[in-house]
Amino acid sequence: MNKEKVIVAEGLTKRFGDFVAVDHISFEVSKSEIFGFLGANGAGKTTAMRMLCGLSIPTSGKALVAGYDVFKDTDNIKNSIGYMSQKFSLYEDLTIRENIRFYGGIYGLTKKQIQDKTSYLVDHLHLQNHQNSLVKSLPLGWKQKLAFSVAIVHDPAIVFLDEPTGGVDPVTRREFWELIYDASERGITIFVTTHYMDEAEYCNRVSIMVDGRIEALDTPKALKINYDSASMDEVFLKLARKAVRGE
Amino acid sequence: MKQFFAFVKKEFYHIWRDKRTLFILLGMPITQIIIFGFALTNEVKNSKMAILDFSKDVSSHELIQKISSSKYFDVSNVLTRYDEVEPLFKKGKIKVVLVIPQQFSNELLHANQTKLQLICDASDPNVANTIVNYATAIIKDFQNTIVQDQKLPYRIETEVRMMYNPELKGAYSFVPGVMALILMLTCAMMTSIAIVKEKEMGTMEVILVSPLKPFRVVLAKAVPYMLLSMVNVITILLLSVYVLDVPISGNLSLLISESLLFTITSLALGLLISSITDSQQVAMLISLMGLFLPTTVFSGYMFPIENMPLPLQIMSNIVPAKWYYYIVKTIMIKGLGFTYVWKETLILIGMTVVLFAFSIKNFKTRLA
Amino acid sequence: MAAVIVENISKKYQVEKTKVTALNGISFEVAKGELFGIVGPDGAGKTSLFRILTTLLLADAGAARVEGYDVVKDYKEIRKTVGYMPGKFSLYQDLSVEENLDFFATIFNTSISENYDLIKDIYQQIEPFKKRRAGKLSGGMKQKLALCCALIHKPSVLFLDEPTTGVDAVSRKEFWEMLQRLKLQGISILVSTPYMDEASLCDRVALMENGKILAIDKPSIINSKFSKPLWAVQSNNMFALLKSLKNWEAVSSCYSFGEFYHVVMKSEEKGSREIEEFLMKNQFQEIVIKQIDANIEDSFMALMHTSNE
Repeated sequence: MNKEKVIVAEGLTKRFGDFVAVDHISFEVSKSEIFGFLGANGAGKTTAMRMLCGLSIPTSGKALVAGYDVFKDTDNIKNSIGYMSQKFSLYEDLTIRENIRFYGGIYGLTKKQIQDKTSYLVDHLHLQNHQNSLVKSLPLGWKQKLAFSVAIVHDPAIVFLDEPTGGVDPVTRREFWELIYDASERGITIFVTTHYMDEAEYCNRVSIMVDGRIEALDTPKALKINYDSASMDEVFLKLARKAVRGE
Repeated sequence: MKQFFAFVKKEFYHIWRDKRTLFILLGMPITQIIIFGFALTNEVKNSKMAILDFSKDVSSHELIQKISSSKYFDVSNVLTRYDEVEPLFKKGKIKVVLVIPQQFSNELLHANQTKLQLICDASDPNVANTIVNYATAIIKDFQNTIVQDQKLPYRIETEVRMMYNPELKGAYSFVPGVMALILMLTCAMMTSIAIVKEKEMGTMEVILVSPLKPFRVVLAKAVPYMLLSMVNVITILLLSVYVLDVPISGNLSLLISESLLFTITSLALGLLISSITDSQQVAMLISLMGLFLPTTVFSGYMFPIENMPLPLQIMSNIVPAKWYYYIVKTIMIKGLGFTYVWKETLILIGMTVVLFAFSIKNFKTRLA
Repeated sequence: MAAVIVENISKKYQVEKTKVTALNGISFEVAKGELFGIVGPDGAGKTSLFRILTTLLLADAGAARVEGYDVVKDYKEIRKTVGYMPGKFSLYQDLSVEENLDFFATIFNTSISENYDLIKDIYQQIEPFKKRRAGKLSGGMKQKLALCCALIHKPSVLFLDEPTTGVDAVSRKEFWEMLQRLKLQGISILVSTPYMDEASLCDRVALMENGKILAIDKPSIINSKFSKPLWAVQSNNMFALLKSLKNWEAVSSCYSFGEFYHVVMKSEEKGSREIEEFLMKNQFQEIVIKQIDANIEDSFMALMHTSNE
């Protein structure tokens, strides 16, 4: 495995009053790794992800994302990451081209770069006949693939994916993962959450959060052996059932 | 019926738990009354007046005395020549000049006839109009005292009487206006938003798939806002009587019943709005543009309708607030009875029926 | 008599200037007391179908009956007899758990105590929080409350539109266990889901895609109809393996499934020996190849493939 660390978290903690949403989590993610970030609803996934994206200042602990401190360098973090979620991705009332141009623009790409990227993406995703149609007229699967491509349009060090494949049909879901592998081969680190346990198997390593703590972190294979389970689904259920707190 | 009351109860929970909106709803009439009553008054007080007195006799002194002692005028300049007048106006130092001719006393007392000139800065015609009215009223009063003293049978008739509002208090005309505005807003806007919110939240979907009659749902949503509006009416009336000293000259129960009628009209408008849109934002925009604006412009309490161009005058007739404003003014200020407002009441009832018919026809028992 | 009968239902939507087909001539029946699943991705037409059956939408063509009542003519009767849980959480967020339940009981002309037996099982799990506002509940608890509200009037048919979407694996499992128990009470249940793995928990399923039904049957029967041999393949470098297999002209389809790829060959004569030879030739190591039975996702993708041709 490549040794260059892209995310280093040590004792990262976030409290809201008395409630400890994220409780001293420590982990490292290497360059071009596909890192699965699992947990039941309310386990603290979203809060942890927000801190790593520089959207929320941790209460205590340390974390470096792409070499930048999550306490001080949030602006630099935002420039070196991409983000995509099921809920927020593209502007529905803009066309495909307009969306790419917009996101390229906010990440400071030059006109030339945007043009090159646009034609590359349109080709790569087979959207030639749709490049000037509004995003809302596309099927969900296409939207999600496009959203992912747009999230990495500026070649970020890391891309955060928050349940990117929810509701997508099985074939497109797999095509989506091929895009993820592709990005990882190009050196982009992938940090992904999902509710589909079979997708957890596609990750290089998986962490499972329970009640704000990382309860397990290893390769899918090792996790299955350690927890004496046939699938990641079983591993997840065994761990998540231990949860005491609700959302 | 039990279902209906359960729904009304739920509506009260919504309103009660959204403290911020509740605060605005109940606070709005109070702030409006206070703003209009004290800050935005139409009254013109302490207008600067210059005097050009060519006669300088006993009567002219008395007249000037009388004018400067009133709270409406401040005699700031005493002039001697006509050509001093214009520069003063140009500098904006004065609003009005009173010109008293030579031989004022003589003519008044012996020829029984004299002429005074009022020169007024009419760049703001409303203010000019008020000033002239005030001045005329004072001069009239002055004339009356002389006439009484001299017991002379002959005098000039320039009848200007400030009816129903002898002190020309601004509050009189805006209290009915604020009532129209507040009722329109709480009833129409809030009802439409409350209904559209159910569509937006998806709860309408569940409610529709229940034995509850859809139109009853909508009525149940309207009831709390109707009650809230009546609370507002009472707040406004109390404030106007005890804070602004505007008395209710007419029959209180008639006034309340007419307000209830107007509440129902506004409600019907709210239902209509909710039936044509699915988003709270749009409902709010339509309410503001389609109700608030016409109510302020066309009810007649801000801008006199008689001064508008004919097409706008005709248009003002379809604004329910205009009729309600007229009714409230007649009952509350003039102290007249139902016989004077039955036509306007009938118009409001007609409008309500038509609006309800429309919204019932438009109401969907299904989605989309 | 069947609980739900759907005959040739079609529905189109106007989106911008184009017409989008939501449902394209759908027909099926749900027997009384059956747990019937409608499985398909977003945009398959599941929500439109549920809205037509719950009388919220009118179909462009076709007919449907719920408990013998026509969805157009007898919509009032249907609204008295069915329970519906829409895809989006549709309760009053500013009312407490208890107030929500009480409200829905009253508008259905009943009371919590009258049908308490039916919901007891589920309600007891959220009862400790009954004074809490619904908006402050966790995803799993919201879902349980919504189910209670949909059940409070003892409906004979229950429509659940994507009840498990966005809910974590633990809550999903619990939810399906609740449905199994409700089934025992004799309630017919129609449930839609985008999660293929949930199909196996239904008595029968309709696989839907693009407004059409790809297959309707017991999940096991649908899987047994998967005609070609299916191979699970694994090696050291998985992503390179995927590329190689996809580029091999002998392969008909290759999809990832957890730690394996599921491979279908074009010719049934080619089997594990040919695949192994090919992989060895391409320098793959730690090769695992075994023949497996198709699961519902394999079937779904195969059916998608044939229907698109």
